[in-house]
Formats: sequence, C-alpha cells, structure tokens
Amino acid sequence: MRQAVAIGSMVWALFAWPMPSASAQNIKIAYIDSFSGMMADVGDVATRQLRFAIERINNQKGGVLNGRKLELVLYDNKFSAQETVLAAQKAIDAGARIITQGNGSSIAAAISDFVTKYNERHPGREVIYLNFAAIDPILTNEKCSYWHFRWDAHSDIKLQALTNYIKSNQDIKNVYLINQDYSMGQAVRKTARDMLSDKRSDIKIVGDELHPIGRISDFAPYIAKIKASGADSVITANWGSDLALLIKAAGEASLHVNWFTFYAGGNGSPTAIKQANPEPGRVFYVVDGYANLGGKEAVLLEEEFRRTNGGKSIIYPQVIEMVEMLAIAINSSKTDDPKQLANALSKMKYTTIYGDEAFFRAADHQFFQDMYVASFVPLGGEVKFDEESSGWGWKTIAKIPASDTLLPTTCKMQNHPGQ
Amino acid sequence: MLQLAILSTLNGILYGMLLFLLASGLTLIFSVMGVLNFAHASFYMLGAYLGFQISQLAGFWVALVAAPLLVGGLGAAIERWGLRAVHKRGHGAELLFTFGLAIVIEELVQMVWGKLPVDYRVPAALNFHAFEVLGITYPAFRVFMLLMALGIFLLLFFVLTRSRLGLIIRAALTHPEMVSMLGHDVPKVFMLVFGAGCGLAGLAGVVAGPLLVTQPSMANTLGPILFVVVVFGGLGSVPGAFIASLTIGLVQTFAVSIDYSLGDALAGIGVGRPTDGVLRDIYSVPVAQVGPLIPYLILVLVLIFRPTGLMGARET
Amino acid sequence: MSSEARTEALTSQVSTADTVKRYSVWIATAAILTSLPAILSSGTALTTMSLMGIMIVFSLSYNMLLGQTGLLSFGHAVYYGLGGFFTVHAMNGFGGKALAIPLPLIPFVGGVTGLMFGIIFGSVSTRRAGTSFAMITLGLGELVASASPILPTFFGGEEGISTNRTTLPAFFGLRFGSQLETYYLIAAWCFVCAALMFAFTRTPLGRMSMAVRINPERTEFNGYSAAMVRFFVFCVSSFFAGVAGSLAAVNFELMTVASISARQSGTVLLMTFVGGVEHFIGPILGAILVVFLQSFLSDLTDAWMLYFGLLFVAVVVFAPGGLAGLIMLHAPLVRRSRLHRIIPYYAVMLLPIALGLVGAAGLVGMARILWANNSNATVHFLGVECHAGNPLAWGAAVLLMFAGLWLGRLWASRVSKVFVLLGHEPPKQVGR
Repeated sequence: MRQAVAIGSMVWALFAWPMPSASAQNIKIAYIDSFSGMMADVGDVATRQLRFAIERINNQKGGVLNGRKLELVLYDNKFSAQETVLAAQKAIDAGARIITQGNGSSIAAAISDFVTKYNERHPGREVIYLNFAAIDPILTNEKCSYWHFRWDAHSDIKLQALTNYIKSNQDIKNVYLINQDYSMGQAVRKTARDMLSDKRSDIKIVGDELHPIGRISDFAPYIAKIKASGADSVITANWGSDLALLIKAAGEASLHVNWFTFYAGGNGSPTAIKQANPEPGRVFYVVDGYANLGGKEAVLLEEEFRRTNGGKSIIYPQVIEMVEMLAIAINSSKTDDPKQLANALSKMKYTTIYGDEAFFRAADHQFFQDMYVASFVPLGGEVKFDEESSGWGWKTIAKIPASDTLLPTTCKMQNHPGQ
Repeated sequence: MLQLAILSTLNGILYGMLLFLLASGLTLIFSVMGVLNFAHASFYMLGAYLGFQISQLAGFWVALVAAPLLVGGLGAAIERWGLRAVHKRGHGAELLFTFGLAIVIEELVQMVWGKLPVDYRVPAALNFHAFEVLGITYPAFRVFMLLMALGIFLLLFFVLTRSRLGLIIRAALTHPEMVSMLGHDVPKVFMLVFGAGCGLAGLAGVVAGPLLVTQPSMANTLGPILFVVVVFGGLGSVPGAFIASLTIGLVQTFAVSIDYSLGDALAGIGVGRPTDGVLRDIYSVPVAQVGPLIPYLILVLVLIFRPTGLMGARET
Repeated sequence: MSSEARTEALTSQVSTADTVKRYSVWIATAAILTSLPAILSSGTALTTMSLMGIMIVFSLSYNMLLGQTGLLSFGHAVYYGLGGFFTVHAMNGFGGKALAIPLPLIPFVGGVTGLMFGIIFGSVSTRRAGTSFAMITLGLGELVASASPILPTFFGGEEGISTNRTTLPAFFGLRFGSQLETYYLIAAWCFVCAALMFAFTRTPLGRMSMAVRINPERTEFNGYSAAMVRFFVFCVSSFFAGVAGSLAAVNFELMTVASISARQSGTVLLMTFVGGVEHFIGPILGAILVVFLQSFLSDLTDAWMLYFGLLFVAVVVFAPGGLAGLIMLHAPLVRRSRLHRIIPYYAVMLLPIALGLVGAAGLVGMARILWANNSNATVHFLGVECHAGNPLAWGAAVLLMFAGLWLGRLWASRVSKVFVLLGHEPPKQVGR
C-alpha cells in the first residue's frame, strides 16, 4: 500500500514539471525533425536556414502583424514516426499552431495524417503543416490534406524537369536507375520509367535497382553491375550517405557516367563527390535554385548565410521562401489563425529569390516554380560559389519553366472546413 | 557477365576480409572470455575516427600504428575497470554492459566529431589504381586492405599456434578454470585478449575509414553482420571466422548481382504472377533486394541446426 | 478434529478485511489510474501517460523472459511490432463495416498475433538459453526487420500503415476520437494485463520458469523439460507483447517498421533492466521513467542519449537490481518502521550528488558546444553564464565533479554502515 502511494506520488511529482507558458505575443513555429541519431545533421542544416529566414523577418521587417515576432521551437522526433506524433502533441500544447518539417517522407505522412485528424476532432483549434522537403508525390495526391502545404517540388516534378532535359540530350542512350528502397525511391523508379518511355522511347533502361536505405557500406557490387550493363547515365534519388558512398565507389572503379541526382547538393555529398574525383560536369543536380544562378537577392542571401553559418551553403532555398510566404499570408489575412492562413497560401503567387515566378496550386497545395538542372564543375566564370570548400560549385545547364512541370493530381481534399 | 563475376569475387573477398578484421577480434574475445562484445563495432568506429584525427596531425602511416594501439589500450582499460566488475555476475550482465558501452561510445564520438561524416581520405601514397579488370579499375587502397587483413590472419594464426601466449589462450578457450588453476593469471590474459580484440577492431576502422565514409552510423551498419560471422564461424576458431567472413562477404556481394526474382523463376515454368497484395511482393522481389537478409537467415539456421558453427570447439 | 478439518476451519476465517489488505495495492492502482487525467489533463500529459501504459505492458511481458526465466532476448520488438501491424490492417479492414470488432476488444488481435509468432519463432529459439538464445532472437529480429522492405504491402515501407480508430463502430457511444478516451482504454488494458501477468507469476508454470532460471539442470532432474517451460513462457510473453503493440497501433494510429527494429528491442531491454528485473514492479517503474526521460529530456539537452547510455551502464555495474531493487533494499527498514531514520543521511548525500551532477553536466554541455566549433558560445548554466572556451569554467566544472565524487565517497561509507545497522538491529523488545 505504501509502495503504491510512494510510486504514485513520485509519478505525480515528475509530472508537476512546470510547463513553459506560451508567450502570447510570439507566433510559434514548431519544427519537428531528427536532432539526434543517424539523420541528425539534416535537422541541423534545416534549423540554421529556418533561423536565418525567421531572423530576417523579425529583424529586418520588424516581425509580422505590427511587431509580433516569429519564434522557432524545436522538437526532436529521433526519426521515428511515432515520436513525431508525440512531438506534434507537445508542440500544440505549447501553443504552436504552425508545424513545419521536411526530412523524411515517412515522417511527413505521419504529421499530415495527425494534423488532419486533429483538426477534424478539434474544430476551432486547427493547426497547419508546412512541408519544405518531403517529396513523396503521394502527399499531394492520394494522401493530400487541406492543411498540408509542400514547398519542395515532389519527385515526379523533379523527374519531369529531368526527363525534359534528357529529351533534348541525344548523348544519353542507356540509363540505369538506382534508388533507395522506400516509398520515395520506389515512386522515382516507376515514374522515371514511365516518363522516359514517354519522351524518349529510344532510351534503354539497362538496370533498375532498389537497395536498402542507409544500410549499404560498400557500393562496389552495384557499381560493377552498372558497368556491366553498359549504361552511360545513372538516375538516382539517393541522399545522405547512400549518395556519397555510391559516387565514391564509382570514382574508385573509374566508372565514367552521367549522374542525375536529386540530392547531390545535400549535406556532405559535395565533399564525397569531390573526394571521388569525377570528371567535371558529370554530376547533375535537379533543384529549384542555388546561388550561382546569379540573382542579386540570392547572391546577397548566400553571402550573408555563409558568413553567419561557418561557410555552409543554402541547401534548402525553399525554406526561406516558405517563411517569407508565411509572413505574407499572416500579414494579408491579419491573423495567425491557420484556417485563414491556409486560405491565403493556397492561392498565393510569389517571386522567388532567384527572380522566378512561383505559385501554389489550390487543388493539391503544391508549390510550383522553375526548376534547374545544374552540374558540378570547378570554380570559374559564372560559378562563383563553391560547395563545402571543395573548390567546385554548381553550373546551370538547363532551366525548365514551372509551366512545363504542372503534372496532374489525384488529390481530392476532403477536409476543407467549408464542407 | 564474366566482368561482373570477377569484380563480384574481388569485392566479395574484400568485404569478407574487412569483416574478418573485425570478426577475428570479436571471436577471440567471445571464445576466451565468453562475453559477446556488443561494443566491438563501436571500437571499430572509434578506430576510424582516431585514425582520421591522427592522420590530420601526423599522417596516415602514423595513424595506422597509433590508433589501434590507442583503441586497444582503451579496450584493456575498460576491461580492467568496467567489465571485470561485471564478470562475476555472469554472461548476461557482461552482454548488457557492452550493450550500454556501445551506446556511450557512439554518443561520445558524435559529441566530439559531430554528426556529419568526416573527410577521411585515402593517403596520397596509395591513391592510385592498382590494376584494371575488363574496363573497371581497382584501387590500390583496397589491395592494401586485402593484404593487411591477410597479414593479420597469418599473424594471429602463428601467435595462436606457435607461441606460448597462444597456447595459454587456446587452453583458456576450452578450459578457463583449469588454466587458472595451473597458475596462469587468467584476468591478465582476459585483459590482453580484450585489448587485442579491440585493437584489431580499431585497425579495421583505421583502414576502412577512408574506404567507407567515416560517420557515426558506421557502427550500426556493420554491427549485426559481425555477430553472424562469429556464430557462423564457430566459437574459438579463427580459421572458422576467416571462412565465415569470406563466405558472407561473397554471398552478399553476389546476391546483389542477381536480379532474378521468384516470379521470374516460376514464370519460366508457366506459373502466373499475382497482381496484388503480399503475394505480389514476394513474387517480384529480386534476389538483389533479399541480399541483406541472407546473413541473418544463416545466423538463425546455424543456431538451430549446428550451434557450434562451422569449426567451433564448443557450443555457445 | 482431524488435521484436514482444522486447516479447513483456519482458512475459512479469512475475513473481508484481509482480502482488502491483500488486494489493496491493486485497488489503489486502479484508483490512481482512473483519477490521473483529472490532475494532469494537458494533451501532452495524456499522450505520455498512454505511452507509459503501452510500455508498461511491453516491459512486463519482456520481464517474463528476462527476470523470470532468465532469457535475454534482443528481438522482443518483433512480437510487439507484428501485433501492431496486424492490428492496423484489421482496423483498416473493419473500418466502416457493421460487423466489426469494437475498438476496446481490438488488442486481442495483437495478442493472438503475438502468440502465433511466438509459437513459430519460439519453437526454434527456446531450445537453448543463455547467449545462444540471445543470438537467435537477435537474428530473428534482424531477419524480420530486413524482410520489411520486401513486403511493402504489409509493412508500408518507410511510412508505415496508418489507420483511424474512429471508423470502428461506436462502443456504448464512444468513438475514441479524443486522447482522453484512448487513455482510459489503454489504462484499462494495462491494468488487466498487469494483473494477469502478476497472476502468471503465481501459477505453477510461472514458478517453474523461475526454477528454470535458477537451476535448469535441477529442474530437468525433477522431471520438467526446461525447453518446454521456456517455450510456454515465451508464448505467453509474446501474447502480451502483441497486446502492447495493438495498444500502440490504437494510440498512434500509425505503425512503422521502427516498431520491429533492433532499436525498439533495445529500448524495452533498457526500460526493463533499469527498472529492475528482480521485482514485478521493476519494469513498471522502468517504463515510466524511460518514457518520461525520452519525452522530456530530449527537450532539455541534445546529449540526452549519452545520459541514457551512462545511466544504463551505471545500473549494470552498480545497481543490477535496478530502481526496484534499490527501493526494495529499504524493505527491511520499512518493516521495522525505521525508514525515517535514514532520511537525514540521504539528505546530506544530496549535496555531493548535486555537485557531482552539476559539474558533469556542465562539462558535457561545454564540451558539446566547444566541439560544435563555436568556442565563443556561452552556456547558460543555472543562471550563470560560462564561456565555453574559458579554462576557468572548465576548471570549475571539473572541480565540482571531483568534489562531488570525493565528498560522496566519504559520506557513503557512513551511510552504508547506518543502513546495515538499521536493517539488522534487533527491534526493541517490549517489556525488557
């Protein structure tokens, strides 16, 4: 009996931890991501960019709605979808009504689902979810939600941009697909096949590989297969160590192919690429923007960011755009109520820091902007910024306008508050 | 096809040798002390990071000697002051200790060197292509690793079979109490073996670091496979570990090259392919994707049907 | 009277008061579980308590293997995860249909799944105990986890399978949409499962499992098959692990392969061991503590995982009985009503412990910031600003830590002497 009482009071005491009271003035943006464990560095990178963007709003523009500041609050989800749900609950409890995330489509799906259910069950206390990097197409198709907004071009759009470039490049004849074995990798592989057969039926797909994500230490066997297949180009949506190791193994085996990637600009990849000693202009990157594009605002931002963040580059320009557009939405709706914000964002048009005209599509809440294909070359000429002090940077090879990337969507939003 | 086969063999042997570098230490520790060192892969990681740090200051060749010694020394110290305290409480407690140790080492490494991969490069002296096979070059560094692993194997073999120390260790493999009663300082032997095992893991790390990206997750990637090798090869048997490492290295490498699936095989005899659901998954998965699964299958099967492993002297 | 009749007469004298006293712990626990949401009503508290309930069932099931039968399993999360996956598929299959299992009975799906896989995998795992068993469970766990990308229809790949608990038919009007209702569901199941598992320890099979742990050879000599005992306990344990998985599926409405991973198995091992394997209440304490730390410590510091690992190692080396063991150490004191006399000694112990912890935490904090290439950053520690690159700050932290250790050691021997004395001194005899 005494034990029960003792334990009960201990539990109660532990819970009587004071909850931080929400400062009524600040508008909280909860950023849920992995800050410990294997994927921690991507969380760190995005945090820096979020902070940078938020500080610009708070300092240079005096905040939003006449002086209210944006506040970034971090929540660690240890790269687990279940922890994410817990973190989202904590964030909402602490007064945040804006949740943002980007690393991991699996996490994104969990947040989108949770937010949708939460808003359904708690009308009047809705929250909104801003996704800056999770690019599984399903989030704006079958699993779309009125409360989810995606700033990064999803993998189908990126492939649309890429295959549009490949269409006009007659040097490419044999393509090898290699991707990580999860939803995004599988989506990429299927869509790549469909789009290539559609646009260049003469291109042969000589290989189609799925490997476990984050588990392969030595890609030499895969490189051997690529070589044996006679491919001249490889399309891969690999990120993190999976991309770094793949390219490293290719360098060691002197495999000379074109690398069409989505994440060669990601944290750690330029270093690995440089270390693998590829030929200049062989590694390509499909992205919505980088400093070497030359826009004045973009260059200024890049310089400022590198100065205050130890030389790191802006890998997620869409993060900066996201924060700016959020501020615009808040100011134009004169409120921080997610219902109005969602309304404002779903129709918003915006000029990116690279000078491109971009916009949200109301049907699926996907952001469309001009896409670029860039290749990794040594510094010189228009290539003014290098990546990760490697001496090499991104050079524009092709620009694909947003209008060419407007893929159809199967989204039927069922959670519109008006319904 | 031939090109693929040759390359797969080379790569398989190389991967197997890397596993052997690690597994040799682990099987020695397991055999002599009965403790399965969960933190073995963490010592490997520590070796890689220390190798990186020292090579920044004094070059790769100094690191090659210094880092394994440091890691081995650390291992011996942990055995003396940590593991020994837990030893009397049985193997379960020791397992748990090394389990916690693995977490602590990984976290400390992240704290000191950060969570990003570090730029650990192949030394300039070895950064060339050793030979060319049917159009694909083979880096000299990998050949170096191969030779090093072979050298270690021979060294271990000679120490264990021809030296007095080896004799004591081999005796302690099967009859630890008897060895102690004969007057040998068994705790000291334990400390030496643990330190040497960790040192070997550290050496594997120094050499593998430039080859595979040096990052905090490198321990978890290689960890589970190590246990497969040790159990498969059998307790108390360094040759067994050698054969097991090579087998698993080759199997995994070759599995990657095979793109056939069950559905392909069955279609050959006219069986249709299901279009939906779980059965479709099973039918269409190529052998290449199943590759990572194979070591664990081997582990389970070995433990069920032949617990002594390939060449083990005694059961687990 | 014959001896049987005498025994009969004696036992029938158990009064209501005695029954209440025997079950007092359970009654009190039920009362606490019911009233907790009234005291702690925020969304986070409810979610955390629900998670604790799930983990309590999971850890208790794990302790059936570890603490009772002496089986160290590294793959227990397989049954938890598979139970959860079968549950989400069942919920998705049943959603919206009239003839469906109501939500409160859904955890049976998980339990049966766990039992099924427990039988299949247990038949091969339990032939041997010890390290061999640990290795097989590790292998099976990794096997199932590696098989998950191959079966995306079932496992859902990286994003898992999601479900909606409100689509099942209403149970007496309850749709379980809110976290409060879900909490009560989990709390009810947790209570029932804990009671069942406690009862299990009192059954012959439960007793034999402890015998198998202590001396398998002797058990065999007494005619019991150690392997069969282990197998049966394994099956029962997997059943409850499956129930825990079901509850998790209901709570999160999402199931991912992370639930079958080695990491999940490691977490339950951590929880059970830190809580204490030698007492029934150990895993309960461990689950509560670890869930709490996982949820809240990560908000305070980045290095929480390091603290976790250190805590685990400390428990392994210094307190193998875990938290429960430490608490139960005081049982003789409680029995002699002398607990209050050791409290002043513990209170004095708090000072060196606090110093040591402050020093250590300061060191870790400064080390982290320093190595993050930011030696100009300052650490705000207890209201004092310490410059991370300042050797004085480092010196102070080191000093604090060693002072704490040294003082603690000095005082510890005194405390242990008093402890032994209080524990074993004969009680004052009345009338002498």
